[in-house]
Amino acid sequence: MVNMNAAHTKYISDLGLTPNMGEVIEMMASAPAAETTQVKFECRDVEVFYSGKRALRGVNMDVPDSGVTALIGPSGCGKSTFLRVFNRMNDTIPNARVTGQILMDGQDIYSKDIDPVLLRARVGMVFQKPNPFPKSIYDNVAYGPRIHGLAPQKKDLDNIVERSLVRAGLWDEVKDRLKEPGTSLSGGQQQRLVIARAIAVSPEVILMDEPASALDPIATARLEELIDELKEKYCILIVTHSMAQAARVSQKTAFFHLGDLVEYDDTQTIFTNPKDQRTQDYITGRTG
Amino acid sequence: MQQFLNPEILTSAILIIGAVTAFLYGRGLAVSRAQLPADGARAHSIPSYHGYFSAWIVAFIAVGVIALWTTFSGALPEFMFPAMMLGAMALGFIIINRLLTPTFRARNHVERFVGGVLMICSGVAVLTTFGIVLSLVFESLRFFDQVPILDFLTGLNWSPQTALREDQIGQSGSFGAVPIFAGTFMITAVAIFIAGPIGLLIAVYLSEYATKRTRATVKPMVEILAGIPTIVYGFFALLTVGPAIRNFAEGFGLSVPTQSAIAAGSVMGVMIIPFISSLSDDVINAVPQTLRDGSLALGATKSETMTKVIFPAALPGIIGAFLLAVSRAIGETMIVVMAAGRAANLTGNPFEAVTTVTVQIVSLLTGDQEFDSAKTLAAFALGLVLFVFTLVLNIIALLIVRKYRERYE
Ligand SMILES: Nc1ncnc2c1ncn2[C@@H]1O[C@H](COP(=O)(O)OP(=O)(O)OP(=O)(O)O)[C@@H](O)[C@H]1O
Ligand SMILES: [Mg+2]
Repeated sequence: MVNMNAAHTKYISDLGLTPNMGEVIEMMASAPAAETTQVKFECRDVEVFYSGKRALRGVNMDVPDSGVTALIGPSGCGKSTFLRVFNRMNDTIPNARVTGQILMDGQDIYSKDIDPVLLRARVGMVFQKPNPFPKSIYDNVAYGPRIHGLAPQKKDLDNIVERSLVRAGLWDEVKDRLKEPGTSLSGGQQQRLVIARAIAVSPEVILMDEPASALDPIATARLEELIDELKEKYCILIVTHSMAQAARVSQKTAFFHLGDLVEYDDTQTIFTNPKDQRTQDYITGRTG
Repeated sequence: MQQFLNPEILTSAILIIGAVTAFLYGRGLAVSRAQLPADGARAHSIPSYHGYFSAWIVAFIAVGVIALWTTFSGALPEFMFPAMMLGAMALGFIIINRLLTPTFRARNHVERFVGGVLMICSGVAVLTTFGIVLSLVFESLRFFDQVPILDFLTGLNWSPQTALREDQIGQSGSFGAVPIFAGTFMITAVAIFIAGPIGLLIAVYLSEYATKRTRATVKPMVEILAGIPTIVYGFFALLTVGPAIRNFAEGFGLSVPTQSAIAAGSVMGVMIIPFISSLSDDVINAVPQTLRDGSLALGATKSETMTKVIFPAALPGIIGAFLLAVSRAIGETMIVVMAAGRAANLTGNPFEAVTTVTVQIVSLLTGDQEFDSAKTLAAFALGLVLFVFTLVLNIIALLIVRKYRERYE
């Protein structure tokens, strides 16, 4: 059920298949996620407890290192909790405890010799509400590179800031007002600003927790376009409450319910042919 | 037994008994009248509102009579007073009887009464403030009749005592207040120098590093510092800190008086630590968690997040906290009276004795003297300066704090 990669697909097709199965495979073959993908994260029996209360139960899941993986599920099912596992933001919550194994490129990110502070430079995060610092647009983007000493000279920093803003699709709108406060931007611009801020430290992964929930439809469309471009370069995990958004931007979708990972598959499969009744109920709007 | 018969207690008793009776009467009336078959129409308010309304009416009338009586006291013979009280209250009962029908909106009227009483209470506070300010201003104007305001604000020599001895009017005395402003400033500076960093670090610890549990115990304990009577700080400064500083300086071959700016200022600093720590802790806490998360998620450490994001965001509020602490320090009297000395030295050396505005007010007004000599009037002028200064500081502080609050809401 997990990670139907190309080899697996080929293996099934070699077996000689029913027409029905063939259709599925055809669909998968046209889907981008079915390209030869490598695994970025391997989650083994991941559980998260808040004050001893279990919020996430034995999650096993492989996240491919390219493309967008969407996490969906009813409110309170543990999507945000799971997302925070990948950059160890749960460490900053008192009473939160994570067990199990999360391997990033084969290395356990919860092992003693991983510094969570450095990990977070590799795994960026974008939050539900845009949260630019009360600093200038420039300083917002330059924040990460300054902390990590990525730019020895002013010129390098300027470059990083420009490149990040360009990549976040915000450069044209703000290039003449870099000294203005980041909080003076519109909500959609702010959300792209914090994406630029995350990109500026050259992460490998970007986690997004309902990034469009505070945005209007036009800003949301902009953001989705941006996610589509970013997925070429970054591994993206996105939590969303919008089924349509998950279908539009993601290649893989994981459905959570009450702390369980119920189903994880290619996005098309989840939306057209879910295996679990709970998934079906959720995507057709009967629960949640 | 005698004391129960004194007029104030008697009057109060009549008032209270009248009001309680009116309450019972009004409520009873409402109950009995509501039971009359009135097309099944329901009474507008429940009976106890009719009761409250009645009590208010009677009490109001009685208080009115008392007020009139005190205003025109002596116009009528003593024995008329109880008669008038009882008569007026009887009138109240008649009014009640007429007004209270099932459709009477007692509930709304009681609401209006409550609003009115609350307004009067806050009015008392506001009027008192106005009265104090006005009396300060008028007495100060009388002082400035005798001593030019410029001499007062810019003169470098303060010796009101000599003035009193040589010339009662005080024209030839020296009322140059600069040395005492300077003394006030220096002691405040010492206090802030001590309380600022410590208070701020406490705030940072409490808001960012301490667990919830620690914070819940440590914060009130720090706040106790502000609740210790200042006289206790005063003798602590005089008997412990002053001599300690003197002995310490003697170790370096310096001679420092027991009473000094630094002794008073440092103890005052301890006293105002909670002003800075508690207020700063509040503003630091008010910085949205999302900013912390944003910074941490970029791979910043806790202290980087603190210094680069939280602190700048909270800075306006922290400045507000400092200003409030400063105005508290400037107005503080007891510690400086005891520990700073009374000599109006114009000096920049914190190890010397200095004096402050509040200390001078105390020494100008203690001892018996006439209350319209320049010497006592000078106290009002000093008080006015102090008031204006702390008022301005408070306003600035509140503006800053408010502006900061608006930013994240
Ligand atoms: N800081 C916390 N302390 C205690 N319990 C928490 C904390 N954060 C989340 N939980 C609990 O963990 C469970 C999962 O929460 P989580 O925020 O991950 O849900 P979610 O799927 O993101 O929901 P939503 O769609 O509403 O954002 C919930 O029951 C929640 O109450
Ligand atoms: Mg969530």
